[in-house]
Amino acid sequence: MTTPLAAPKTSMLWRRSALASAGAQLELLDGVQLDAGRSTFDAALGGAGLEPLTAAGIDVLQLNLGRVCNQVCMHCHVDAGPDRREDMDAETAELALEVLARTDIPTVDITGGAPEMSAQFDRLVTGARALGRHVMDRCNLTILLAKGFEHYPEFLAENQVEVVCSLPHHRALSTDRQRGDGVYARSIEALQRLNALGYGKPGTGLRLVIVTNPVGAFLPAGQDSLEAEWKVELERHHGIVFNALYSITNMPISRYLEWLESRGNLDAYLQRLVNAFNPGAVAGVMCRSTLSVDWRGYLYDCDFNQMLELGTGHGAPRHLRDFDLDALASRRVVTARHCFGCTAGAGSSCGGETAGG
Amino acid sequence: MSDPNRPRNDPMDSYYDPKHLHEFANIGEHASELSAKFFDYYGSVFADGALSSREKALMGLAVAHAVQCPYCIDAYTRASLEKGCDPEMLTEAVHVATAIRGGASLVHGMQMKDVADKLGM
Repeated sequence: MTTPLAAPKTSMLWRRSALASAGAQLELLDGVQLDAGRSTFDAALGGAGLEPLTAAGIDVLQLNLGRVCNQVCMHCHVDAGPDRREDMDAETAELALEVLARTDIPTVDITGGAPEMSAQFDRLVTGARALGRHVMDRCNLTILLAKGFEHYPEFLAENQVEVVCSLPHHRALSTDRQRGDGVYARSIEALQRLNALGYGKPGTGLRLVIVTNPVGAFLPAGQDSLEAEWKVELERHHGIVFNALYSITNMPISRYLEWLESRGNLDAYLQRLVNAFNPGAVAGVMCRSTLSVDWRGYLYDCDFNQMLELGTGHGAPRHLRDFDLDALASRRVVTARHCFGCTAGAGSSCGGETAGG
Repeated sequence: MSDPNRPRNDPMDSYYDPKHLHEFANIGEHASELSAKFFDYYGSVFADGALSSREKALMGLAVAHAVQCPYCIDAYTRASLEKGCDPEMLTEAVHVATAIRGGASLVHGMQMKDVADKLGM
């Protein structure tokens, strides 16, 4: 009998897990025996006539402020937690704002860790808003109730920040299993606080998005169908309203990779992603419209590549200080096997499904 | 334990093989027209309609337990999870099947009672 694992208490780095190394993660993924013809992501793209994968512009500058978080979720692709110390410094934050000022990139997507815990969060939010950019906060919800951070709902509302928050399930069981005991109850309370400020309500301009991901080794359900169910259930049980639900596939990296491996699910999950490769989802993958920046200012095609230490390649600039919009906007994307996670089924990105209408 | 009187690699060494689920479509090798009609119908049954595909997956899971089909239990556990159900919802669906099966036995007790009441003093 297989018993559920409890959410970990510490990061893999803290535990000195071998899989804390990006190289070890890539090696593990590359060692999985896959069916011929799609043994690499580029081969799958080539088979569909879609190689090479290139960016189609930069609509979103995604700033990952660091690895510090108040939660230790079982599936975290960042290996974030309270034991991590990486945090963006003021110089790098100013560099990011300078890049924004000399481009017209319309959206700044701030993530972490829990980005609100970063020393640069407030400056980046107000700086990007002063430049007239749309700002998104990838929020874990519970941080909004944590001591010293209780003022953030008001701060976010005052700055008209879109809140994109994580909640794996609209019920407690799966949420707490993945994110830790008591997380569901605190997440619901945080959503109610956001609603009380106008988030998720018509006419306020305060957009509230919930991000769900499967609690296990399977693909997510159809986004539209899930959204309809979640809206009914969260309003019925908790009086919560929100604007949209994004359904995201779990990427087989970091702590989710550790979990897959520990449960003997890795080979079947990766093959499942490969079998579900959908050429129609490729055009909307996030790396084609997003540029990811890490806490030190280095550049990546996406947040997942960032965690695997796969920096921008094929001659593209690699750091904010070398930012060149023309070179980056049409750069060739660096790929590896984890990329099958973004093209499986209806596709997956930071904005949910990629193949939808 | 396999029967020593059977030849080695006898396909009936085991009456259930997980790979049959993935190879189910191969049943169309013979009587292909009937299989095609079945799978077409099957796909339509589980599509979103008056009931959502999620509700139908849970119903499929309950029925799978009532008919005690291990292939269906495997398939509809996965389908229900993929459609956003959690283990409590899956377990309640199984209890629905259990209650109906148990109730079906117990309600026949009324026949027993009628007979016993008639014959007894």
